[in-house]
Amino acid sequence: MANDRKILAYRRENGRVGVRNHVIILPVDDISNAACEAVGHNIKGTLALPHAYGRLQFGEDLELFFRTMIGTGANPNVAAAVVIGIEPGWTQRIVDGIANTGKPVAGFSIEGQGDIATVAQAAVKAKEYVQWASELQRTECSFSELYISVKCGESDTTTGLASCPTVGNVIDKHCATGGTASFGETTELTGAEHIVAAKAANEEVRGQFMAAFENYSKLVFSEKIDDLSESQPTKGNIAGGLTTIEEKALGNVEKLGKKTKFVGCLKPAEAPAGDGLWFMDTSSAAAEAVTLWAASGAVVHLFPTGQGNVIGNPIEPVIKLSGNPKTVKTMKEHIDLDVSPILQGEMTLDQAGDALIEMIVRTANGRLTAAEALGHREFVMTKLYRSA
Amino acid sequence: MIHFLVHDSTDTVGVAVVDLAAGTECTGRDLSTNQPLKSTTAEAIPLGHKLALKDFATGDTVIKYGCEIGRVVQPIRAGQHVHVHNLKTRRWA
Repeated sequence: MANDRKILAYRRENGRVGVRNHVIILPVDDISNAACEAVGHNIKGTLALPHAYGRLQFGEDLELFFRTMIGTGANPNVAAAVVIGIEPGWTQRIVDGIANTGKPVAGFSIEGQGDIATVAQAAVKAKEYVQWASELQRTECSFSELYISVKCGESDTTTGLASCPTVGNVIDKHCATGGTASFGETTELTGAEHIVAAKAANEEVRGQFMAAFENYSKLVFSEKIDDLSESQPTKGNIAGGLTTIEEKALGNVEKLGKKTKFVGCLKPAEAPAGDGLWFMDTSSAAAEAVTLWAASGAVVHLFPTGQGNVIGNPIEPVIKLSGNPKTVKTMKEHIDLDVSPILQGEMTLDQAGDALIEMIVRTANGRLTAAEALGHREFVMTKLYRSA
Repeated sequence: MIHFLVHDSTDTVGVAVVDLAAGTECTGRDLSTNQPLKSTTAEAIPLGHKLALKDFATGDTVIKYGCEIGRVVQPIRAGQHVHVHNLKTRRWA
């Protein structure tokens, strides 16, 4: 069982377990990207996270922005954070949010002194942090302490036959033994929402899930100009044999396992309040969704792919598995685990699940995923509507 | 060798797990019962694509995973390829 396994990981100041040891240079806003990237270039071993937003956002969109920024810094895969913004107010709000974890964090603002002086000050702090972090040691932790997120991409019919049910097998084993996990992709549950609703732990959770699902569906119906067949399923999905959103959704929900009930619903980038499986209201676009899970504190992502999505994330390792015997050959460098023998009955789902647990242990212990080795660091903020 | 898989006994399509040429006499497996199945392809069906297990008329519903996956928009014969040319979503139409 999953919880018998031990991993070597970083236990952070707040007790949470991380599997990477990043020192991040986090821009508060788009116009602070240049300063952050300059610090990232100057101080080796740090990781700048440029992004497109952070100015004139308001309302729920602004709340999501802060939750994503603070959550990214607070993620247990992050040892320390340097935050740079154009002005001190929002910069300090993000610094204070990250500081609640007890980890080292410092903020710098550009107005009144310019990029060059800011970069110099931030680089001094970044160097101090990265040298401190480089001496932190991995210690023995339990597999069940890992918060795991799951989402598939460039799916095809093999995803529903092999790679998604393999993830489902791991979800059942992980959540039965006190682990924490999260799934989402709200509109990509269309056609299988009844199956998801039946997996809610109680009526209240079921009601919250259906409200989130219907709210997102309303957005699709209010903005769509056709049946979305140019977007959902994607061209890759269609090439792989998936025809409709219903068919895609039914394969997608195989990731939820056979026995596990989900215990609550999360807003985008919201951290789970306890263990068990949680639904998060996310987009189905891979980079956006994984960025939200990383901001909610997830430390390992499981990514089933059929046709070969290449996504990675800067702070949450993305483990890719595929059940498509062509993809595991043609996209070999992107695939961490081949579960295609399931299609010929040469591997059971239980064996595939155990193989995936083994790959999670190796990844947690430090093995770079294919996406990490290839430099995939897609950090993509979700934006709910236009800025003011 | 397994040529196609079926998720549920009520499904009206199977999924090719190897590239199938037209006229292939296929062996399948029902994943819900582990029972063997037989079918013959009426046209080429690539790996991952769907094979009709019965005849469909326009307006019929196709079942996969024991659930509805869309409506038939042109007649399909058993053994033919089921995809975007003859099956559409009912949900976002």
